[in-house]
Amino acid sequence: MGFWRNQLSGPTDPAADAAWETSEPRKGFFTDTSICIGCKACEVACKEWNGVPEDGLDLLSQSYDNTGALGASTWRHVAFVEQTSDRIEQARESGRKLVSLGMPSVRSGDEPALAGGGGTATATLTDTLTDNPVPDVRWLMASDVCKHCTHAACLDVCPTGALFRTEFGTVVVQDDVCNGCGYCVAACPFGVIERRSGNEGHEKGPQSHGISIKGAGGAGDTAKGSHQNQPAHASSNGEVKNVGIAQKCTLCYDRLGAGQTPACAQACPTTSIKFGDLDEMRATARARVAQLHELGYPEARLYGVDEHDGVGGTGSTFLLLDEPEVYGLPPDPRVTTADLPDMFRKAGYAGLTMLAMAAAAFVGRRK
Amino acid sequence: MTTNPFDADRPPERTRRRGNGGGGGGGGRNGGKRRDESIMVPDVSFDSYYGRHIVKPAPWEKEVAAYLFLGGIAAGSALLGAGGAARGYPALQRAGRIGAVAGAALGGAALAKDLGKPSRALNMMRTVKLTSPMSVGSWILTAFGSFAGAALVSEVARPVIERRSRGARSGGAVALVAKALKLADGPATVGSAFFAPPLAAYTAVLLADTATPTWHESYRELPFVFVSSANLAASGLALVTVPTRENGPARKLAAVSALAELVAFERMQDKLGPTLSEPLRTGKAGRLLKASRALTVGGALGAVALGGNRVTAALSGAALMAASVCTRFGVFEAGMVSAIDPKYTVEPQRERLEKRRAAGVVDDSITTAR
Ligand code: SF4
Ligand code: SF4
Ligand code: SF4
Repeated sequence: MGFWRNQLSGPTDPAADAAWETSEPRKGFFTDTSICIGCKACEVACKEWNGVPEDGLDLLSQSYDNTGALGASTWRHVAFVEQTSDRIEQARESGRKLVSLGMPSVRSGDEPALAGGGGTATATLTDTLTDNPVPDVRWLMASDVCKHCTHAACLDVCPTGALFRTEFGTVVVQDDVCNGCGYCVAACPFGVIERRSGNEGHEKGPQSHGISIKGAGGAGDTAKGSHQNQPAHASSNGEVKNVGIAQKCTLCYDRLGAGQTPACAQACPTTSIKFGDLDEMRATARARVAQLHELGYPEARLYGVDEHDGVGGTGSTFLLLDEPEVYGLPPDPRVTTADLPDMFRKAGYAGLTMLAMAAAAFVGRRK
Repeated sequence: MTTNPFDADRPPERTRRRGNGGGGGGGGRNGGKRRDESIMVPDVSFDSYYGRHIVKPAPWEKEVAAYLFLGGIAAGSALLGAGGAARGYPALQRAGRIGAVAGAALGGAALAKDLGKPSRALNMMRTVKLTSPMSVGSWILTAFGSFAGAALVSEVARPVIERRSRGARSGGAVALVAKALKLADGPATVGSAFFAPPLAAYTAVLLADTATPTWHESYRELPFVFVSSANLAASGLALVTVPTRENGPARKLAAVSALAELVAFERMQDKLGPTLSEPLRTGKAGRLLKASRALTVGGALGAVALGGNRVTAALSGAALMAASVCTRFGVFEAGMVSAIDPKYTVEPQRERLEKRRAAGVVDDSITTAR
C-alpha cells in the first residue's frame, strides 16, 4: 500500500511523481486578498490571453461580483463580500482562535521563526498585541483560481488521461484528448473545473456559467429535471471553442514554458496575485500573515500553505481575512481519491456478496 | 442582524429555522445589493458565498442514472444466466444471456450519449488508469460485454447450426463452427459471470470517488446497495421473462437481495448521519427512495408467495425492476442535491475539522495562522 499512500495523499513532489525527469521548481501563486482592490484585471487578462469565451453578461444582483463562480469559461473569479462590524469581529475571533491553536507550518516540533515577525511567539500575538479598531464596514475581495493541488482529484479520476501534470507541478487539460465525461467536475473538491456548454461555432445556445443561485430566476433555473445551469442571458457574440470539454486555468502553461509570468499575475495592478516558485510563494505568504498579525489584524490567515492538509497542499496559496467558506472555499477539502483503495476494497467485498447471493439462489432441489 | 437605512426598503425577512449563534451568515447574509435573502438562500445556518455551491455537481444527466440501472441488471442477468447454464435451466439461461447483453449495450450507449464529446467515446480506451473508477469501469464493461456477447452468440447460433449440421453430412465447416461454439460457450459464460460482480459494484465507486458529499461519504455501504439492487433487478427481469417452472432461483434471489438491499440502505443512512443523509430522505430523491422501498418489499413478497403463478410472478418482477430504477435515480438525485447546496459541503467539513482540532490534531488543516 506504500505506493498508493504516497500517490494519493500526503506531502509529495507531484512533478516527480508524474515521472518528469527535468527538475523545474514547482510553480504557484500567492494571492494576497488583503490588498486586492477587486478591479478584475486578472479575470480580463486571463480571458484575453487564453481566448476564453464570454460566459454571460447578466447581472447577478447580489453584489459587485457579477462573474459568480469559477467555471469552464471563468478561470479567475474575483469574489466580493461586504461585511459589517459584527461579522468583522467574528472573523477576528476565528482568526485569534486559529493563532492560539498554535498551528504549526511544519510538522517538526521546533518553532519556525516568523519571517518578518522576528520569531514572535504565539502568546505575544494573542495576548499583548492591540488589534486595530473594528471598522463599521469592510469589503472582502479575493481572486480565486484553480488550486493546482498536490493531489489533484480531477487528474486522478480522469479516465482518458486528458488531464496531466506538467513539469512545473501544475495541472492542465489537453482539450484535444478530453471527451467530456465530466468526472473531473464532480471530483474537484474546490468546484473549479467545469465542462463547457454552448453551441460549437457561433454561439447561440446558453453557455456555461458555473453558478446556481437557488430561488433566483434565470441563471439558476434548471430545465426539465436537469441540474445543469441554463443561464438566461442575452444572445451574445463570439466563437465558442471546446464545447463539451472540461476547462480550467492552465497556470498559463504556454507562458510558463517561455519563462513568462501568467497573464493574471502580470496584469494585477496591486501585486495581489504573486507568481513564482512555490517554496518562495509559501515563504512570502507566511511573512505576510505574520506582518498582518503584528499590525493588529488577527483575522488574517493562510489557505493551502500546509502540505499536510487534505489535498497535500495547493499550488495556489491564499491569504484570507475570514473563514474560507465566506469566500466560497471549502473549509476542509480532502482529495476524494485518498479513500480510493478502501473504496475498491469495499466494492470487492460487495462483489463477492453479490456472487454469494446468486449462488445461494441456485442452492437446493431443482424444481 | 444589522440595521441600516436601506433595511426599510427591503421586504420583511422570513424567520429562519435555526439561528447562527454569531452575527450573521457571512457572504450569504451581508452582501451588497440583495433581494430577499431568506428566500434566495433558505435556512442558512453556516457561512457560504451567496448560497452558491462550493463543489460542482457532476454534469451528468439521467442517462447516467439509467446506466446505473442497466449495468446492474446486465450484471445480475449474467449471473442468473450462468447459474441457469450450470444447473440446467435453459429458459433462465437464455433470458439471463439476453438481459446481460441488452443491458450492457443500452448502458454503454447511454454513457456515450452523456459525454460532452460523444465522438470521442473511444478515448476511454486510450489508457488504463487505476485511480480512475471510470477508466477501470470502461474496461470492466468492455470485458463483460465481450464475454456476454459471445455467450449470447453461442446461445442463438448453436441450435440453428446444430440443426443444420445434423441435416448435412458431419465433418463439414458447419460442424466445425458448431464445435467451436460448443467449446466457447463455457468460457464465455464463466467470463461474463466473472466480470458481472465488478460491473455491478464499480458504479458505486464511480459515484463515491467524487467530491459530491452524499456520494463520497456513503462509499462504505453504497457498493452493497448497488449489488443488491442489481440482483434485484435481474431477478425481476427473470420473473417477467421465464416460465414459472424455471423461476425458482429468481424468486430466491429476489428474496435474498431485497433483504440485503434494505439492510445495506438503512446502514448507509445511519452512517451518513443526519446532515448528509438528508438528501436521501427529502425532496424528489426521498420520494424515489421511499417508492423503491415499497416496491422492493412488495415485489419480493410477491415473488416468494405468488411466484408460482405466471401473471403474479411477472407483476412482482416488474415491481422489482421498478424498485431498482427508483433506487438508482434516487441515489443519483440525492448526490446532485448534496453538491448543489453548500450546506452539505461546509457543515460536515467544519464538523470534522473541529473534531480533529478538539482532539488536538492541528497540523492538517488547509487554513493556517502561519
Ligand atoms: S483545484 Fe480542482 S481543478 Fe484545480 S487541480 Fe485541484 S482538483 Fe484539479
Ligand atoms: S494562470 Fe493563466 S490561465 Fe490561470 S487564471 Fe491566470 S491567466 Fe488564467
Ligand atoms: S487584478 Fe489583482 S487587484 Fe485586481 S481583482 Fe485581480 S487580484 Fe484583485
